[in-house]
Amino acid sequence: MPDTTIRDTSSQDAAYNYAYLDEQTKRMIRRAILKAVAVPGYQVPFGGREMPLPYGWGTGGIQVTAALIGRDDTLKVIDQGADDTTNAVSIRRFFARVAQVATTTHTGEATIIQTRHRVPETPLTDGQILVFQVPIPEPLRMLEPRETETRTLHALSEYGVMQVSLYESIARHGRIAKTYNYPVMVNGRYIMSPSPIPKFDNPKLDRSPALQLYGAGREKRIYAVPPHTPVKSLDFDDHPFEIETWTECCALCGSTESFLDEMIVDDTGKRLFVCSDTDYCESRR
Amino acid sequence: MSTTLLAPGLADLSHDAQRLFRGVLDAFSHPGRIVELRDAPAGPGTLSPAAVAFLLTFADRETPLWLEAGVDKQEVRDFLRFHAGTPIVQAREAATFAVIIGGGGEPFAGFAIGTDTYPDRAATLVIEVPALDGGRDTTWRGPGIDGAVRVAIDGLGEGFWPAWAANHALFPCGVDLVFASGSRLIALPRSVAVEA
Repeated sequence: MPDTTIRDTSSQDAAYNYAYLDEQTKRMIRRAILKAVAVPGYQVPFGGREMPLPYGWGTGGIQVTAALIGRDDTLKVIDQGADDTTNAVSIRRFFARVAQVATTTHTGEATIIQTRHRVPETPLTDGQILVFQVPIPEPLRMLEPRETETRTLHALSEYGVMQVSLYESIARHGRIAKTYNYPVMVNGRYIMSPSPIPKFDNPKLDRSPALQLYGAGREKRIYAVPPHTPVKSLDFDDHPFEIETWTECCALCGSTESFLDEMIVDDTGKRLFVCSDTDYCESRR
Repeated sequence: MSTTLLAPGLADLSHDAQRLFRGVLDAFSHPGRIVELRDAPAGPGTLSPAAVAFLLTFADRETPLWLEAGVDKQEVRDFLRFHAGTPIVQAREAATFAVIIGGGGEPFAGFAIGTDTYPDRAATLVIEVPALDGGRDTTWRGPGIDGAVRVAIDGLGEGFWPAWAANHALFPCGVDLVFASGSRLIALPRSVAVEA
């Protein structure tokens, strides 16, 4: 007997299809995600839709999440590591309303984590999906403005221009001065923008057991890093890649291993360093 | 006019497709992993539930489908046209998706492999096999696999793995595969090297 039960949708906003996007759009995004997983680091064009928030606020990530999410999922959304900032709160509430989905702030409990500009400090596990919001998906864009040209450079794996830009940084500053959106090589084939995460987070992308999906709404691109895939931050033999370090520890939890934000706490310019990842910090206090 | 009843498609279009998609995504993210698609619909003819589930999840009017003669039955055409609206094509190169039995002969010849600038414009082939284990032992390595994984898909032709090696060598171009048996499937994206 076919299942003819009409499921209760009373707590979902009935004005919208489940997860906001129509089924045709979700299918199109799902096909793009499959191809993105099949060619790690390659930017798959997709028919990005207008979302009920402006470009730059996570329209790409939110479309990827909408194509993924189901009633069994638990969603976590972070903005610069924090669960309680405007962007994170509004996206979390959006999916709670249109997709009846459980939400959490705990990294370990989430099945899908949508993130703006951070990777959680707590190591991710098999079965979790990390969805990045990406403003500019093309890592070569600041070096070559023409899309036809960057596309050819990727096709030919012709990445000399990127190495030259890193070399120029060393010549000018004595080190590679790029601290965020630090370019990576995925599976030895495609140079990829990891989105504007601090380079501190780059090592977490390498051979992660979680699936990483990247969505760029304005540029209409989706790309992916499957689990256990090598992700190498570009460097030189005599100038190896290094992450940021701090002499201070977190003023709230005392962590010496997490990414710290510098806060100015009074009018006299008193400074405080605290964890950028609020869930990690709270779990240690 | 045919009097046979059309087999039912997805009972709950949105939620069933979402669940099936996550199953297939799990398979693509972990090549070699056997993924059971719970509630895969039975479908028409000799199509396996996993193949039916894959097509109902991903195929629509924008994705031409190519069917091997063994599955290209009127009831299958009717079913896919009604539930997915997918155009069924004769030319392999026009197909986004295809259903193949066993993968004998030159299984990938003629299908779109994408281009160097747009490798995503490549076909995904669903290969119907008798079983996902118990066949010839192979070792898979690549993105999504922690080291190596052993897979023993049954019922593939003698020339299949050499043909796959040629397809993998085209990376980033090349076709992607889904092996379907009953309600279970294994995915093999072009990025994965197979030692047969």
